[in-house]
Amino acid sequence: MLWFLTTVTIVVLLFGYSTSTSGPSAVGGHTSAIASGNPVSGGSSAGGGSTGPSSTGATVAGPTVPTQWGDVQVVITVDGSRITRVSVPVYPSGTGTDAQINGYALPILIKDTLDAQSANIDMITGATVTSEGYLQSLQGALDRAGL
Amino acid sequence: MGMPISLALRGRHAADDEGRAAWADVMAALRAFDRTFSTYRADSYVSRLGRGELALADCPPEVAEVVTLGEEAERDSDGAFSVWRTGPDGTTVFDPNGVVKGWAADRAATALRALDATDFCLSAGGDLVCRTLDPDAPPWRIGVEHPHDPGRLIAVVPVTTGAVATSGTAHRGRHLVDARTGLPPSGVASVTVVASSLTWADIDATAAYARGGDAARWLDARPGRAGLVVWADGSVTPVRGGATAVPSGA
Repeated sequence: MLWFLTTVTIVVLLFGYSTSTSGPSAVGGHTSAIASGNPVSGGSSAGGGSTGPSSTGATVAGPTVPTQWGDVQVVITVDGSRITRVSVPVYPSGTGTDAQINGYALPILIKDTLDAQSANIDMITGATVTSEGYLQSLQGALDRAGL
Repeated sequence: MGMPISLALRGRHAADDEGRAAWADVMAALRAFDRTFSTYRADSYVSRLGRGELALADCPPEVAEVVTLGEEAERDSDGAFSVWRTGPDGTTVFDPNGVVKGWAADRAATALRALDATDFCLSAGGDLVCRTLDPDAPPWRIGVEHPHDPGRLIAVVPVTTGAVATSGTAHRGRHLVDARTGLPPSGVASVTVVASSLTWADIDATAAYARGGDAARWLDARPGRAGLVVWADGSVTPVRGGATAVPSGA
């Protein structure tokens, strides 16, 4: 049996999940969507356990997105329909609080993107707050990669 | 700050117009709840309620529903969880965020439940509600972030039909406190709860977290709950055996 699996993601500002650094100016209506579809074989886990991502894929850069902390750009490497690598060549390099914020938020997302795939995970629990600029640039890269 | 809303569909309507219409309905419902409940929109019902401009009876019935849930959770947690907090100026502020996210996603999933022969997994900022109709389908595999290293997974929870929510301090924007003391709880890094309802998975994750060192014992006494408590020292206590722990990073 074969299922067709579709995954859609939208980033949206909801409820009270603002932070002390995210003022009313951040409240808008920005959304971005990530959509992909791939057939999933039934019965056993799709994809298997070991993935051994190689660096044979195409590299696609997302747009540089200005955020309240500075510019963010995400670059992905795609092998078929899989993301095998994510990097952030452009990110805000502020000091003090800014550096702490960015040092914290960006690596979380990079690893999530990879680990969720390599561990054959459908969804992650625990990710409450994320970086809008990161997701916007990631979305741009996914669009350009045709994912 | 944006909250990622993700939906995975499999089955009859995974890739057709009916499935896409249900997804649009989910987002419309979430945006409508946001207009009612947002504490950062000055014109939301909840903000106006908080300023005393409206009475509860003037608000949509969902507001009273959420208030009732909050009071129930406060009672069940012996006051560790509360939708009332003390503001900077010493006044009492209504802050329903500990209830609203799970409740709203649970309610928004109504549009997905109406899809025939279709399984779904809906995530609102990392809190999930899943359904599986096909008896031959594998469970949805939910990765639990390591609170000390959110790029790594500390566990995988297989869920056929049910909900999973996590509370903790791994992410910014959620400053959870023990309402009895007004201070962040100590000893606990994150609490993941699996339950049949996302409303209660989310509430109980927050309430258990707020109870600090008592989190696992408190959660263990809750009916129909399973989960995982990750302590500040990195050790893990599975609750009621509902979670399948795997080696970190697997």
